Amino acid sequence: MNASCLNIANLSAVLPNGARVLRSVSLSVQPGEVRALVGESGAGKTMIGKAVLGVLPPSVRIVEGDMLLEGEDLGRLQPKARRTLIGARTALIPQDPLTALNPSRRIGPQMTDRLVRILGWSGQGADARIRQLLDEVQIRDPDRVLKCYPHELSGGMRQRVLIAAAFAAEPRLIVADEPTTALDVTVQKQILRLIAQLQREHGTAILFVTHDLGVVAKISQKVSVLYAGKVVEEAETAALFAAPQHPYTRALMAATPRYTDPFASLKPVDDAVLAGLAAEIAAADQAWRRPHG
Amino acid sequence: MDDGRISRHGSGARLWLAGGWLLLALLAAIFAPLVAPQDPLAQDLMFERLPPFWMSGAEPGFWLGTDSLGRDLLSRLIFGARIAFIVAFAAALAACLVGSTLGLVAGYFGGWADRIISRIVDVWMAFPPVLFAILLVAVLGTGLSSVIIAIAVIDWTRFCRVIRAETMGQARMDYVENARIAGYGRIGIMLREVLPNVVPSIVALLSLEMGIAVIVEAILSFVNLSISTDDPTWGGIIAEGRLSIHQAWWVLVFPLVTLILTVLSFSQFGEGLKARFDPVLR
Repeated sequence: MNASCLNIANLSAVLPNGARVLRSVSLSVQPGEVRALVGESGAGKTMIGKAVLGVLPPSVRIVEGDMLLEGEDLGRLQPKARRTLIGARTALIPQDPLTALNPSRRIGPQMTDRLVRILGWSGQGADARIRQLLDEVQIRDPDRVLKCYPHELSGGMRQRVLIAAAFAAEPRLIVADEPTTALDVTVQKQILRLIAQLQREHGTAILFVTHDLGVVAKISQKVSVLYAGKVVEEAETAALFAAPQHPYTRALMAATPRYTDPFASLKPVDDAVLAGLAAEIAAADQAWRRPHG
Repeated sequence: MDDGRISRHGSGARLWLAGGWLLLALLAAIFAPLVAPQDPLAQDLMFERLPPFWMSGAEPGFWLGTDSLGRDLLSRLIFGARIAFIVAFAAALAACLVGSTLGLVAGYFGGWADRIISRIVDVWMAFPPVLFAILLVAVLGTGLSSVIIAIAVIDWTRFCRVIRAETMGQARMDYVENARIAGYGRIGIMLREVLPNVVPSIVALLSLEMGIAVIVEAILSFVNLSISTDDPTWGGIIAEGRLSIHQAWWVLVFPLVTLILTVLSFSQFGEGLKARFDPVLR
């Protein structure tokens, strides 16, 4: 019955002081689909990604909700089985390509190690696979790159390596956590195009976390707009841009720079919208607290 | 790029000078019976308090002069280097093994492991180290192994603190999270991902600690709590030199200079090695 690649239902998480960081989040990602998660800093976008991958910080506790990865309920699995499942079926394209590679290990062993030690590939098979992926991310001199330490590569090259590594084991779901934020604008475009291309060719579902609506429009089929840990609007990307329903979504769009009119001043999200959001969040928390005491 | 690297960290000259002195001292220690011009224990009252070779009254064969019992100072320094190096290597290695392991565990696992280990370190460091060493040797009895054990027991905290902090910094890095997502076990990540990144610090500390071990051994010898009084040790020579400072300054000055050069070389050598082998600094 459940064909979703990822299905999150009513996910709530709290900090030790009781504050909710995720407010009954529901979303799904179909196989081969790109779902964008958009929102401002602190909206909980990254938190959702970490929850799916099982690497929430120890202070954040999931108090409610289910996460189904290809129909398997992550909450019901034993920790070890969960790790194995997540390791085999998901991957992360991280935000900061500088710290996401181990600085003291060469790229080659670092990339093949996972295939060989976790997934049981042969050394030769893993090596061939890595080279194939490096070719797909348009790294033309794999021999040199595989021998490099991470600090010997540029930011764009590192991000290519990380994209190749993410796709190498053919995961069903990739969480891309602001993969272009740390890069400069010209490189951002190439990286985005690469992710889109590999996504199409490999048919991988992606949960794409970003604060950039321009990126959302380019890469995703569906969008969830997040504010303060709550999904305030969810729609097909084309429909969202054609007719945003929620005032916050409209305000976000008005706050996005446009290349057609670069000198137009950007509008900050106005107070009426924020007040509306605050009321919405408060109402949701009230409704949530009642059954939960 | 190579030139920039060396001038930026000054690791080239530092590494070679410090390493050169250590190598010289180490070779002298190993081949002491061959290179020492005299028997370090042979007393000869005819030759007491001979000055070093450039002063009037010096005797050939006694390059750095003799002490108040007529024993050759250079030979005693060379044989003293044996004890110094044995203690330096053994004590530093033992302290490193214990301290780094506990530091890695505390820094990587955090939580209760960290709290317990950190509190032990805090309590440990509240003891004044030299008095602690003297107390330990008094309990264990004098002798080479007691000195080594005492130094290791006192100084493992140095490794523990630094490696814990370094490990905590590394454990927060995204590559560790990536390894967890990929499905590596916690201990595997600690040993295979984190440990290689703290090795440069371990090496630098190890070298520094060797220098400290040399000092502590000298202090223990100075207060006559090291090994048996027959074998020459740098601290012992300094203690004897202190008594005849007005008649024979060289008996105090030469072992002091040797000690300082050696300790300085250990710390500089460690820093130089770190600069050279840390792939990020490099």
